[in-house]
Amino acid sequence: MNALYLRRRITNALAMTMSMLATLVGLAFLAWILWETLRQGISALDLKLFTKITAYGEDGGLLNSMVGSLVINFIGIGIATPIGVLAGTWLAEYANRTKLGESIRFLNDILLSAPSIVMGLFVYTIIVLPSTALTHGNTTFSGFAGGVALALIALPVIVRTTDEMLRLVPSTLREAALSLGVPQWKLTVQILIRAARSGIITGVLLALARISGETAPLLFTAFGNNYMAINPMEKMSSLPQIIYQYANDPGESMHALAWAGAFVITMFVLLLSLASRLILSRTKVSHD
Amino acid sequence: MTDPALAARPLPVASPKFTVRDLHFHYGDFHALKGIDMDIPEKQVTAIIGPSGCGKSTLLRIFNRIYAIYPKLRATGSILLDGENILDPRYSMNRLRSKIGMVFQKPVPFPMTIFENVAYGIRHHEKLSRSDMEGRVEQALRSSALWGEVKDKLKQNALGLSGGQQQRLCIARAIALKPEVLLLDEPTSALDPIATGRIEQLVEELKSEFTIVIVTHNMQQAARVSDLTAFMYLGELIEFDKTEKIFTKPDKKQTEDYITGRFG
Repeated sequence: MNALYLRRRITNALAMTMSMLATLVGLAFLAWILWETLRQGISALDLKLFTKITAYGEDGGLLNSMVGSLVINFIGIGIATPIGVLAGTWLAEYANRTKLGESIRFLNDILLSAPSIVMGLFVYTIIVLPSTALTHGNTTFSGFAGGVALALIALPVIVRTTDEMLRLVPSTLREAALSLGVPQWKLTVQILIRAARSGIITGVLLALARISGETAPLLFTAFGNNYMAINPMEKMSSLPQIIYQYANDPGESMHALAWAGAFVITMFVLLLSLASRLILSRTKVSHD
Repeated sequence: MTDPALAARPLPVASPKFTVRDLHFHYGDFHALKGIDMDIPEKQVTAIIGPSGCGKSTLLRIFNRIYAIYPKLRATGSILLDGENILDPRYSMNRLRSKIGMVFQKPVPFPMTIFENVAYGIRHHEKLSRSDMEGRVEQALRSSALWGEVKDKLKQNALGLSGGQQQRLCIARAIALKPEVLLLDEPTSALDPIATGRIEQLVEELKSEFTIVIVTHNMQQAARVSDLTAFMYLGELIEFDKTEKIFTKPDKKQTEDYITGRFG
């Protein structure tokens, strides 16, 4: 009896140590990344980072890139959210366990793991090239095209989370509403989406975090712009693209700017994750 | 009803609410109910007991056709509700479900306020003025013995209530539609003894207004709350009689074995 107890204690201690080590390794890399971006970018982290545009080079900041990133991400998430939530709802509530639904779920999972450069090239082919032809040879890279490329990346993430969150809602809730005579569409819109709301919002925020770091899809679409552009029909700069560009520059101070940009993106993504955590935990409290 | 051969036949009921005849039910290839005949009397409590998998919940879920939301399930035979066959596809689902309320095993409040939980179903069937709606909600909450506990927090989220309160809220939500029948599917299996006692007391009070059918795992509960008890086993209705009789001198050996706990 004692030997058995001892053995369990040892196994337990071993398992605990291993999982704590694994956690530490993960966290250490995160801390390292944050520390490294901060250390390398600290010399460029001042007010001019947020007030000056990239046209000034090493004397400039990243204002136009930040604005560009905001606009492009906003377009991306703005296109992907309604389509993604509707598609996910259809999958979970109307096409669950049907052949068509299963095939679309499968295709969506493929889209989820498609390389992001492919999305960039795809949008280049279907938006940038045709509009170039329409405007008689002027290349028409645009923030809008970049947004569409990012939407294609965010879309499968949102479809997947909406689908999964809705399927987590207990079927008894559906039965309870239907037994009151409420029709399916009312049940879906007024009860199920509401029950899965925090999960769906979290999915959208995570999709936003995912696209805000994407570089490849923007190279062939938004292209880049050293000047301030608000109009999404113009070429647009973005943080990931400017980091890529500055990191390839031989100038030391350009590297510092790139690091500072990386730090800004990392903090933005971190804050988004924290926000989604907060939303989830707050709804949990009200469930008690 | 002393002749054992007649024991499983429908009781001659003066005013049956439901008249079930030759009811069969299939889950895909599985034959879950094998020819049920049963008359459920109006404004009384009918309990359905039996071991797990005997088909008691299945039977209950046919009375409001809630099974129909899942594919591959099939019911044949007839169930007359006040003389009309509810298994007839022409019988409107909306009408059926406004006549028959259902309460489930686990309390499932909607993710909205206490007031909205009760008002939600009413709003779908009737257009009421604000004050009429408030009256209806209050009345339903009073009938389900919850009003005193929630009258000051109607605007709070229903998920903040205790399990027993949530279940009474679900009963309020069902009776707010003024149904004729209440189906209770093991309504206390997720509740503690005190909350269970409250629900049982409530069943006693509600039977003057509603025809109640309750499925329960708990034989004492069936004995306490019901006027009639049906014993089911392997998809068949073995015996259906006055509760007193089922629990004191049942006609069938299987029934006796089950209620005395000798069932193996």
